[in-house]
Amino acid sequence: MADLTTEFLGITSPNPFWLASAPPTDKEYNVRRAYEAGWGGVVWKTLGSEGPPVVNVNGPRYGAIYGADRRLLGLNNIELITDRPLQTNLEEITRVKKDYPDRALIVSIMVPCDEESWKAILPLVEETGADGIELNFGCPHGMAERGMGSAVGQVPEYIQMVTEWCKKYYSKPVIVKLTPNITDIRNPARAAFAGNADAVSLINTINSITSVDLDLMAPQPTIDGKGTHGGYCGPAVKPIALNMVAEIARDPQTHGKPISAIGGVTTWRDAAEFMVMGAGNVQVCTAAMTYGFKVVQEMISGLSQWMDEKGYSSTADFIGQAVPNVTDWQHLNLNYIAKAKIDQDACIKCGRCYAACEDTSHQAIWMKEGRVFEVNDAECVACNLCVDVCPIENCISMEQMAPGAVDPRTGKVVPAEYANWTTHPNNPAAVAAE
Amino acid sequence: MANGHQASGVAAHRLPPEEIATNFTDLHAPLAPHEAAVAADRCYFCYDAPCMTACPTSIDIPMFIREIQTGHPEAAARTILAQNILGGMCARVCPTETLCEEACVRETAEGSPVEIGRLQRYATDRLMASGVHPFTRADATGKTVAVVGAGPAGLACAHRLAMLGHDVTLFDAKPKAGGLNEYGIAAYKSTDDFAAQEVEWLLKIGGITVETGKALGAGLTLDALKADYDAVFLGIGLAGVNALCLAGEDMEGVRDAVEFIADLRQAGDRSAIAVGRNVVVIGGGMTAVDAAVQAKLLGAETVTIAYRRDREAMPASRYEQDLAASKGVRLMFNVMPRALIGEAEVEGVMLEYTDVVDGCVSGTGETLPLHADQVFKAIGQTLLGAPEGLEIAGGKIAVDAQGRTSVAGIWAGGDCASGGEDLTVTAVAEGRDAAMNIHEELTSC
Repeated sequence: MADLTTEFLGITSPNPFWLASAPPTDKEYNVRRAYEAGWGGVVWKTLGSEGPPVVNVNGPRYGAIYGADRRLLGLNNIELITDRPLQTNLEEITRVKKDYPDRALIVSIMVPCDEESWKAILPLVEETGADGIELNFGCPHGMAERGMGSAVGQVPEYIQMVTEWCKKYYSKPVIVKLTPNITDIRNPARAAFAGNADAVSLINTINSITSVDLDLMAPQPTIDGKGTHGGYCGPAVKPIALNMVAEIARDPQTHGKPISAIGGVTTWRDAAEFMVMGAGNVQVCTAAMTYGFKVVQEMISGLSQWMDEKGYSSTADFIGQAVPNVTDWQHLNLNYIAKAKIDQDACIKCGRCYAACEDTSHQAIWMKEGRVFEVNDAECVACNLCVDVCPIENCISMEQMAPGAVDPRTGKVVPAEYANWTTHPNNPAAVAAE
Repeated sequence: MANGHQASGVAAHRLPPEEIATNFTDLHAPLAPHEAAVAADRCYFCYDAPCMTACPTSIDIPMFIREIQTGHPEAAARTILAQNILGGMCARVCPTETLCEEACVRETAEGSPVEIGRLQRYATDRLMASGVHPFTRADATGKTVAVVGAGPAGLACAHRLAMLGHDVTLFDAKPKAGGLNEYGIAAYKSTDDFAAQEVEWLLKIGGITVETGKALGAGLTLDALKADYDAVFLGIGLAGVNALCLAGEDMEGVRDAVEFIADLRQAGDRSAIAVGRNVVVIGGGMTAVDAAVQAKLLGAETVTIAYRRDREAMPASRYEQDLAASKGVRLMFNVMPRALIGEAEVEGVMLEYTDVVDGCVSGTGETLPLHADQVFKAIGQTLLGAPEGLEIAGGKIAVDAQGRTSVAGIWAGGDCASGGEDLTVTAVAEGRDAAMNIHEELTSC
């Protein structure tokens, strides 16, 4: 079995699976159970300044999006940072770290955007012996209205400023957690590293309203007839998170910088995908909230099996391997030509490919006598929609046309050489090929 | 104290009433809402769906399943009932394993089709439980139609005609409407008096007058009907039962399976129905299976179905065969009755093994005696009491694709008419389609 030991910012954990700062990491009881279940690390639920803690709503604080059989695909929350006294949290963190020295323990913090507030809390956190801190610049609800959370994360200058304070008053690694509720994720990431952050973690939750109660005419979750936007997470947000991680990983200004990936990690495969996209480890919340802490055991065995199969001896062997293959659209090879191919033996004759292509795409699938579905290469643009709607895996595949063959759609020979939009004759800004 | 399996002869009360009650509960329990949601999620919403093509009434199955999925089972029921007004009963009795569910692409993909029958029941049960009749009548046409036979074909025909604005008189020989739905289906497929409830619900459309205890030759003549009504539809079923043509058929203990099945359906207390200790059912169709399974459920010690051809040729589907086997019924293939044994009361059946050569059944000469204190005949039904003057084809009233008989103004459908399998669902389709043709004829200038 492959060794999953992962080093991130000099912090060693037995595996790359950390619990994200959220309800599962709110207190000693949960965190001990998480470690016992096998989690490699924990980011403690966000601490606020000393004094009376925040309060949460007393009605529902989560809303959900379901797939088939009520499989939870997306979760939305309007919970705030910890609503327990600072001192209680600090004492618990100290005890837990002492008992689990081999596990990562990071403390998430959110205090007002002034130097005094940070200067006050950081030494207290340092005393706990925790391995590092994570700055919560992400929460999009409640705290943002008070000038914290995503209100900071949306202003790169604030990110840099606060990160600098943290590096000044705290000696261990500082991770900056980013909000996805922004146009270009590269700017806050650049700001964090400009402030000497050791790493960024992303994504925090996405602003969302999950559903509307059509009787109450109010968003859900509904509290006394009203609702508010919350933060969206779970499997549904993974594609958004993957893109943002990739954007930072391939940005020349931040390339190679440590990233802790968050956003819909549910299985070992999700984790592997984030890690090859440049993440040094992953943080998980919704999967644990849906299935309990035990879910990490599948992630551990699955990642380990995959590493064995691929011959990777450590997570460092594959981290970032896919980053060079993320490019801009304009650099994609326009001379790569593929056609859909339907495996007639695998086909169950549902006709979904036909409906999709005929009604919504390129009229490139024939429905022949006896419900035989065949691709008309003269119309197929290889859009992949038929593959995506086919209920049978690998029944429809995209097959590359060999260079030299004639594409029946265009009547042109498939060129062997690479060519992209930047040099395409239809591009008004085309650069003449040298 | 129950008499038990081993009481000799034909005896009632073999099992305690509670056990009888349990034995005759729903064959398939209704789906609960979450089960229905999960089952509905499995539908792929196929293009030009094969299940829909396989359905004799062409119900838009992917659409009704999608309506269940989106939380509107009553809308799903409307989609079903618009094509098949007896969609509730068909959901219970259709051999879906040889119709829609056999055609389901998930059957092809994984050998486990979407549970179309149970989903259809889920939707129709919900709508019927709400007491709503979802259709209304068109403006009155002033035309009248006589529908003879209130079975599936007659009910479907009458409902469609009433909906189109015609006034219908629905006659039936029996004391209750419903035909085979009421008298001819295993009790565990139509629990809680469903057939009668469905008829009552169907009649809510209005414009249908039911007259029971009346049949052709028993108070009705075709000539009088032709004179009194603008059109006549015959859905009189197959009232005759084929005989074994063996000596001793009139012995005590030798019965028609259809009669036994009807008794079970009409009985207030099923445990009072007498059943043999050793029962032999001659035949291989649904009637044979319904009789055999119910004989076992009443407490018969041994029940054997004796069928003269092999398993593949058996008209009852493999699903029905397995159901019978699971209840402890012994299925014998390639055997035919050679003689009935006994004097006043039947004591056994002498079977002879058969060979089937080029489709023809012949005895091999090897015989096998079986103990039997009760023998059920289930070798098919025949058209009885068809009015003079109508062309007969293959023992049934000859009809064209629209259900027209050889005599103008007279239509026929269901089991009594030529073409189609003798299924509830095909009868519904034929009754409905004949109604459309009658309507066309009555309203064209």
